[in-house]
Amino acid sequence: MTSAQNSPYAQGVSRRSLFRGAVGLAGVSALGIPALSACSSSSSKSSGSTGGNAGAATGTVTIGSNGSDQVPKKAFADLFAAADTATGLKTTVNTVDHNTFQQNISTYLQGTPDDIFTWFAGYRMQFFAQQGLLHDVNDVWDKIGGNFSDAIKAQSKGLDGKYYFVPDYYYPWGLFYSKSAWAAKGYTAPTTWDDFITLCKKMKSDGLSPVALGEQDGWPAMGTFDYINMRTNGYQFHIELMQGKQAWTDPKVKATFDHWTELLGYTSPGANGRKWQDAVAMVMNGQAGMCVHGLDQAGPQFQAAGKSDDLDFFAFPSIDPANGQDAVEAPIDGWMMSKKPKNHDGAVKLLEWLGTTEAQNTYLASSPNDVAAANNPDTSKYNALQKKSIQFVSSAKQISQFMDRDANPTFVSTVMIPALQKFIGDPSSIGSALSDIESQKKTIYAS
Amino acid sequence: MRILGVRPARLSLHAFLILTSLVWLVPVVWALYTALRPFADTAKHGYVSFGGSYDVKNFTDAWSQADMMHFFLNTFVITVPALVITLFFASMAAFVIARFRWRYNVALLVLFTAGNLLPQQAIITPLFRIYTTIKVPNWMSDSGELYDSTLGLILIHVAFQTGFCVFVMSNYMKTIPGEISEAAVVDGASVFRQYWQLTLPLCRPVLAALATLEFTWIYNDFYWATALISTGDKRPITAALANLQGEFFVNNNLVAAGSLLVAVPTLIVFFALQRHFIAGLTLGSSKG
Amino acid sequence: MADKRAKLRKLTGRDKAVLTAMAGIPALLTTALIWVPALGSIVLSFSKWNGIGGFDQIQWIGGKNYYNITHGYPPFGPAWHHNLIWFAVFVLVPVPLGLYLATQLDKRIAASRIYQNIFFLPVVLSLALVGFMVELIYAPEQGLINNLTGHTKPGNLVDWIGNPHLNLFAVLTLAVWRQTGYVMILWLAGLKAVDPALREAAALDGANEWQTFRRVVLPALRPVTIVVTVITVVETLRAFDIVYVVNRGKNGLELLSTLITDNIVGEAIRVGFGSALASILLVVSVLVIVPYLIVTFRKED
Repeated sequence: MTSAQNSPYAQGVSRRSLFRGAVGLAGVSALGIPALSACSSSSSKSSGSTGGNAGAATGTVTIGSNGSDQVPKKAFADLFAAADTATGLKTTVNTVDHNTFQQNISTYLQGTPDDIFTWFAGYRMQFFAQQGLLHDVNDVWDKIGGNFSDAIKAQSKGLDGKYYFVPDYYYPWGLFYSKSAWAAKGYTAPTTWDDFITLCKKMKSDGLSPVALGEQDGWPAMGTFDYINMRTNGYQFHIELMQGKQAWTDPKVKATFDHWTELLGYTSPGANGRKWQDAVAMVMNGQAGMCVHGLDQAGPQFQAAGKSDDLDFFAFPSIDPANGQDAVEAPIDGWMMSKKPKNHDGAVKLLEWLGTTEAQNTYLASSPNDVAAANNPDTSKYNALQKKSIQFVSSAKQISQFMDRDANPTFVSTVMIPALQKFIGDPSSIGSALSDIESQKKTIYAS
Repeated sequence: MRILGVRPARLSLHAFLILTSLVWLVPVVWALYTALRPFADTAKHGYVSFGGSYDVKNFTDAWSQADMMHFFLNTFVITVPALVITLFFASMAAFVIARFRWRYNVALLVLFTAGNLLPQQAIITPLFRIYTTIKVPNWMSDSGELYDSTLGLILIHVAFQTGFCVFVMSNYMKTIPGEISEAAVVDGASVFRQYWQLTLPLCRPVLAALATLEFTWIYNDFYWATALISTGDKRPITAALANLQGEFFVNNNLVAAGSLLVAVPTLIVFFALQRHFIAGLTLGSSKG
Repeated sequence: MADKRAKLRKLTGRDKAVLTAMAGIPALLTTALIWVPALGSIVLSFSKWNGIGGFDQIQWIGGKNYYNITHGYPPFGPAWHHNLIWFAVFVLVPVPLGLYLATQLDKRIAASRIYQNIFFLPVVLSLALVGFMVELIYAPEQGLINNLTGHTKPGNLVDWIGNPHLNLFAVLTLAVWRQTGYVMILWLAGLKAVDPALREAAALDGANEWQTFRRVVLPALRPVTIVVTVITVVETLRAFDIVYVVNRGKNGLELLSTLITDNIVGEAIRVGFGSALASILLVVSVLVIVPYLIVTFRKED
């Protein structure tokens, strides 16, 4: 109810009708979009010149948030309360649950989007930039550029080389396990594939499911694919495969699946009918040895069960020594600006602040399963896993996002999820499936 | 052969009904049992376990974390008008189709019935364009368009549900004896009076049944609400349940508690309307 | 059978105008918000478009989407197969079970309303809860069934939701659980049209319960039977939500509606391809439903 009086839409309407009046486009807003994307370069120039005014900007900035559940909702509330104080702006947050936000992002951005909104790095950001639905944030980066590492800068740019993304936080993927369970059995973290398989054998003889997997929702197994593929074929091949530039029929891909087939012999059966939370619970309760997941999944589950201190992780073991353990999967979440923000200068000012270490520390104070994307975060308040994450990611030579962030989402949801589930149910099916994947990829990526 | 004054046939019928009811209740009772347990307990011991603590904390947490009062109000403002308009429109159209012979009967029936055949997602892309193109005065929609407005949501519910109701009601109306309206025609009653005063009262059982079903569907709709509303705070109660679910982590015990709370109003509606289609009024007895 | 319907020529001009409005306004709304978008989807099925930007961004590619669906889209065949199984199960279980429950509960028996409430309960539950129930009942280690039958160990575990040969029936069990209450309500309302005098007459003639049902009740339920038939077809074609909440319609749970959603809803969508799937579904269902409607309608005239 409280938001009714500070609701952004009344302003949105007047701002929009003003715009339409000005360019004589009333009633044909849908047709106005391509025209706008065509002249986006000139609009970004003009934004560059107004960028100088951001320091003096005032007024309301609206924010689209996908953090509807308790922990992120509180973290965002704290963050924007601090933002109001730090910037003198008035922020209004429009919260929609994560799943809906994701499903409707395309219509959201074409309808009445907020000035800035939460999103992901990788192809999923670049796609919307390319479609002309985003406003570049080059002027923001003039201020915040020094706060971020080159690897993270690279993940914030569109295909046209402009910045469209202000990173907020990331979390690493790795092999998560229960410290107490491992201490009881004397297990140690392997660094090579052979040691990894030896450990799996040991766990199996100890009566454990070595690797727990819950693949009912379709995405968790992608992390395993990404890591085996990067370890087998290297980061460059993996990213090009994701971008549709390498063939799925390449023997290198088959080699990845061959390694995975070996690992499936040690993976808990029934993965396709298990929720990922039940897989993590198996690790937590000592029924399974470990699981490939992100800190954002394993962390909250252990935390909710009051076992945060028992969680630890290690890097996915190396397969080909040439690739070592160089690449790390660490999805980055952050902020983007919609193409026609109602308060551009205010949005720039807010994003400049959101890109500071101070802002990111504020957010992470109530969300302990992520790590600030900015350099030199205040780690005094970080728990052990957060500290380890920082060290883990900063030592990485390359950072990948995740299959569903690095590749075309339609390809992932209509082709890869069914293919991975089929492979997990019947590993021998992959031989013929790869040519199916490749031909569907061609249809979907062709444009 | 009676046991305690009850015939054996009745006894076996009750045995069957009780057994079926128990099977029917298992999922609900199990969800309720889970909702009464803290997440930490079920995470450690699994859902199929006993012991630990039992309380209503998940229910109170779901109520406050999801701001349910706010979303119940939203739902009320959407569901009640949508339901009333749907039944009103559908009964009128069904009346015309069932009681009058004219050229467009079959065409109308097909138009309404076949409109129900597509899944909602199949028409969303063109519908979104229509909704952002149609401008609406600000007093009707604070977004200035059908998109992101309560009005737009009510309209799509009415449009999507009317077809089904027309189809059902026209079939029921055919069972009403024609002599009634023939007598009314002789009396010189206008067609609207034939509809409103003579036909509708006889349709109480089917109206009650449809009201129950339609209330349930409109109330539980999540798809239109998420596809056509972009402002989080304008969404209905189903969205409040979604708000309890995170990007990855979901406290299912909390969501189960919230879901059970959300089911209460529909059960109340069912209970309130039930007597209209089970007891008393029958069309047969009104003959004559 | 005497014609029950009045003829239009008996009516005054004003009556005709009123009738036109009574049928016309709902028809107009349905046309504008359902049929226009549906026809729009058919038009879009000949295009390649990601749903972003103006209509000038749409590329027209003829029937290529239809070719790709039938030649290079593996889930298409299984989806049809699953929809047919869905239909068969819906005809064989909820329809007769709902009718049986309705006829029994229509008698003056004790606690009838309580039974009705229990059978209707699944209809009112939100999808979020039904999705969780799937996990509570069928999960490999955590599920009720595997725990009660002792199948939770890696060696003997029954994978109800992950095994593509089992999961459709596991999910259909819950779908039937919901559908039965729904169909029961319609039968219950329909039973009110049965003249009790006819039943009494049949009873006096010495007919037993089954004979009365066959000769008196069932004929009187004819209009409801049409309703239930059409609803079963519609609910089969639109079957979506339980499957979607379980695993988005993958791995043995593919249905036509989930394929449409996969391609039309989300990011980087292919509207043309998804619209072609929707158009196929629309055309097939119209071909099934419309002849049926016309035949039943004519029969009554």
